Amino acid sequence: MIVVTIFALATAPGKAGIAVLRLSGPAARAVAEELAGPLPEHGRSLRQLSDQRGEILDEALVLTFAEGRSFTGEPVVELHLHGSQAVIAAVTGALSRDQRLRPAEAGEFTRRAFENGRLDLSQVEGLADLIDAETEGQRRQAQRILSGALAKKCDAWRAALIRSAALVEATIDFADEDVPVDVWPEAGALMAGVAEELRSEMAGVRMAERVRDGFEVAIIGAPNAGKSTLLNYLAKREAAIVSEFAGTTRDVVEVRLDLDGLAVTLLDTAGLRDTEDAVEKIGIARAVSRADAADLRIHLILAGQAPILEVRADDLVVMAKGDLQRSGPSSTDIQSVSGLTGLGCDLLIDQVSMALKSRVAGIGLAVRERHRRAMSGAVEHLLAAVAQSERSVVQAELVADDLRAAIQALDSLVGRVDVDDILGEIFARFCIGK
Amino acid sequence: MWTIYWARYLRVSVSANSLRTGVFHVKQNDFDVVIVGGGHAGCEAALASSRMGARTALVSLSAATIGIMSCNPAIGGLGKGHLVREIDALDGAMGRIADFAGIQFRLLNGKKGPAVQGPRAQTDRVRYRDAMQSEIFMASNLRVIEGEATDLIIERNEIRGIALADGQRISTRAVVLTTGTFLRGVIHVGDQSRPGGRIGEQPSVKMAERLQGLGVPLGRLKTGTPPRLDGRTIAWSKLEMQQGDDSPTLFSFLSDRPLARQIACGITHTNEATHAVVRDNLTRSAMYGGHIEGVGPRYCPSIEDKVVRFSSKDSHQVFLEPEGLDTSTVYPNGISTSLPADVQEAYVRTIVGLENVHIIQPGYAIEYDYVDPRALTPSLALRAATGLFLAGQINGTTGYEEAAAQGLVAGLNAACLALEREQVRFDRTTSYIGVMIDDLTSRGVTEPYRMFTSRAEFRLSLRADNADQRLTGFGRNLGCVRDRRWTEFSEKREVLSSARDRLQSRRFTARSISALGVQLNPDSENRSGLEVLALSDSSFSTVIALDPSFADVPPKIQQQLKTDALYMTYVERQLRDVLTLRRDEALIIPVDLQFDDIAGLSTELRTKLQKWRPATIGHAAKIDGMTPSGLLLILAKMRSVEKARSA
Repeated sequence: MIVVTIFALATAPGKAGIAVLRLSGPAARAVAEELAGPLPEHGRSLRQLSDQRGEILDEALVLTFAEGRSFTGEPVVELHLHGSQAVIAAVTGALSRDQRLRPAEAGEFTRRAFENGRLDLSQVEGLADLIDAETEGQRRQAQRILSGALAKKCDAWRAALIRSAALVEATIDFADEDVPVDVWPEAGALMAGVAEELRSEMAGVRMAERVRDGFEVAIIGAPNAGKSTLLNYLAKREAAIVSEFAGTTRDVVEVRLDLDGLAVTLLDTAGLRDTEDAVEKIGIARAVSRADAADLRIHLILAGQAPILEVRADDLVVMAKGDLQRSGPSSTDIQSVSGLTGLGCDLLIDQVSMALKSRVAGIGLAVRERHRRAMSGAVEHLLAAVAQSERSVVQAELVADDLRAAIQALDSLVGRVDVDDILGEIFARFCIGK
Repeated sequence: MWTIYWARYLRVSVSANSLRTGVFHVKQNDFDVVIVGGGHAGCEAALASSRMGARTALVSLSAATIGIMSCNPAIGGLGKGHLVREIDALDGAMGRIADFAGIQFRLLNGKKGPAVQGPRAQTDRVRYRDAMQSEIFMASNLRVIEGEATDLIIERNEIRGIALADGQRISTRAVVLTTGTFLRGVIHVGDQSRPGGRIGEQPSVKMAERLQGLGVPLGRLKTGTPPRLDGRTIAWSKLEMQQGDDSPTLFSFLSDRPLARQIACGITHTNEATHAVVRDNLTRSAMYGGHIEGVGPRYCPSIEDKVVRFSSKDSHQVFLEPEGLDTSTVYPNGISTSLPADVQEAYVRTIVGLENVHIIQPGYAIEYDYVDPRALTPSLALRAATGLFLAGQINGTTGYEEAAAQGLVAGLNAACLALEREQVRFDRTTSYIGVMIDDLTSRGVTEPYRMFTSRAEFRLSLRADNADQRLTGFGRNLGCVRDRRWTEFSEKREVLSSARDRLQSRRFTARSISALGVQLNPDSENRSGLEVLALSDSSFSTVIALDPSFADVPPKIQQQLKTDALYMTYVERQLRDVLTLRRDEALIIPVDLQFDDIAGLSTELRTKLQKWRPATIGHAAKIDGMTPSGLLLILAKMRSVEKARSA
């Protein structure tokens, strides 16, 4: 059985010292050699990585593992890069262009390790949880990316893609029916439109990546629990360099800061309480959905009260207004903080930073990189489809194939498009059937 | 080639006596495989099983109805033509018989690329039926039994035989049920309805109850037919006529030309007056009057549907298809209906050319039970009882070709089971048959399932022109491809591969290629003969102009090589997807794997897995809500069971 070689970022994102990119599969070494020059079958080497045009990408430690002597059991190469986002993006970009590779899916390295007998059942059960966390992380990330304006765009792209596929497929599968023959101007315009929007979106993503961050931390609690005071304190703390205040809606206030090398956005959510006020209700609903999508949540509770939202396994729970409590050992096990005096804040910061750093690889940057790659792949296929559709004699099946590839590339953003979605559009739009 | 009348003399009816006295050297069972039903699924199943060497019986209510085309008189089309070619590549009968009975051949999408071209033929209904009957009656290892199969004999969840209405029992290892629309069939004409499997035939109720008793999930579907017209009362002179192709494309790799006289079909249109009659009588339609609960196909709407759903369209196309050379019956394709007979006459007579038409038989809608195909394995065996296979409309599909293809798969597998051989798998990366089986068994159906080329994600490599190269070798290994076809195919393969090797090794300069008028930068690199063919404006004659020694390649092989080259780069791009899919499909989940005790799987997933029992990891991945870790846990469970067994 022939196996496809896969790759993914194996370390946590952010501005860490090193980033490790892992390749596994029969072509791993050959692919790495294109960037690094000749490599031993098993061993480590210090190499300059350069792309096809000879441009130097980074100086990296390259570990090669021979078949049967690696984590997955397959030939494996690890590229230990300098941990800058630009370097990681450049190297993953070079790898993405290699036809022998594809990005690993969640849990795929583990699955291969298991299939090749490198793990036993008990190890697998432990790892299953990790993969779930990884999958969950991706889900939350997707949810965050997809809330708001981008979600609307994704819906529109999806509709345009289904519609253009329906036009193309109708001319193929229902050629002997009463369907329009010259669908190319309409289908071409739809495809070109999506390609154009994807391109501008990608440009935006890259700009935003410099400013934006990998992690969101939400502070949630009842009104007047002291969330804003705590946020302000954390923001002014010297160790945390505040780069920006943004999003001054009444619902969610964001503060971006650099926490121990990790870029973090702190979210001050609207106080959560039952209310009859319609506007406030909307604000609370937004706060809840935003907090739900955050990577980490700090529950700020008042003495004697329970957290308002369900506490997830990795959430932090702290007691608000620690300065008002009596000195001496706390009556509960819950740690106290005060945004007014700074009590417990250093500890909290440490906890936040530890929690984030311990998160599995791939949640932040890699996921975003995944989307970027999805979009650039889709643009490529769409442009090929448009070019095909503009020929004097259009080969419908080739346009359809490029379009299918584009839709497939984009499915992490727009959701899976099934043949039934396309057939549904055809049957709704044209009177098919004899 | 066909001795049609043989059928009349060879028609065999086996009595209870001859079974018991052991005419067929009965050891333990009367037959290895019993096929119930003689429609398109049943015929192909019986023939496939017999080719495999299994002692096979085909049980039909009446031998005279074997091979009847009960709906429209045509075979093939887009996607469907692909299926017929694949059946033929596996040495099945449908392609050869349609070629024999074809009275008009048209290659659909003839102007589009070869991957989406679909051969189609109007057929003479009588010629088709007679040829199929003679094929069945002349097949070795195959006997026809006239009788009504009313029940299954099942012991300890294993098929032991079937029972006939007259009390006879036939013992066997495997049964293929191809009951079409007969399971609790109900026929509707307007507000009149009566039980029936086809016009004039009784439904099978007991068999439906038996399946229900096995805990098999059943659903209800419907389909419709148009009124049949008397061609002698049609004003043909007023109509546009459609001829067949000048050079007909046949179905079978063994056929070279049509054998029957060729005819033309008429084309006419509905109009405002037609629609007004339909609209005014909607409440009298079985469907719109609320008499039907079953779901009908969206791609085959009745005239009522067309008028209601596309009210802005003031005209719909109607094809007038003669049902044969020696009959005046005409099938008006495009106006199926469940309106009362008098309304049918009224609306038909509003159509140009049909002003004085006589209706021979009114159109009707039929509702029937189907089995949720997710209850089947990829060999089309019902998981609920070992040895019970289902094929055709009973699995929620529509169409002769879909039925025949399933019949072939079920027949092959029933024979394999009886002969104690491994089950046969068809894969969506290598055949439309595989796409259909996979769609059915992993996703189920919501309306009658019909093949479309868009269902095949690897459409560019699954072409009608290369069905033999995809499947004939596979079939030969299984044992269902006979010597004549194998010899012809082997010769063709030899010629094809040597021509391909020559093209691959011969190189031409870009300058010499562009000098022939092909769009190409003359200063670019050299091209191999195959790469020359891959250029969009080249043809095989370009290669011959570059090197005249290629003129000895036969025209059919030239065409094939050009087609392969045309899609070469696209097919390569799909290779990664193909490999990933094949890897997951190769991980077969043991049929007795207990999902219930896999720690770490959610209860919801466990219930779904236990209910639908995915056949492979690939299938499991398609289950709604499945996660990567879930797959891993299933894999781990598979490994541990394997280990325990080998220990």
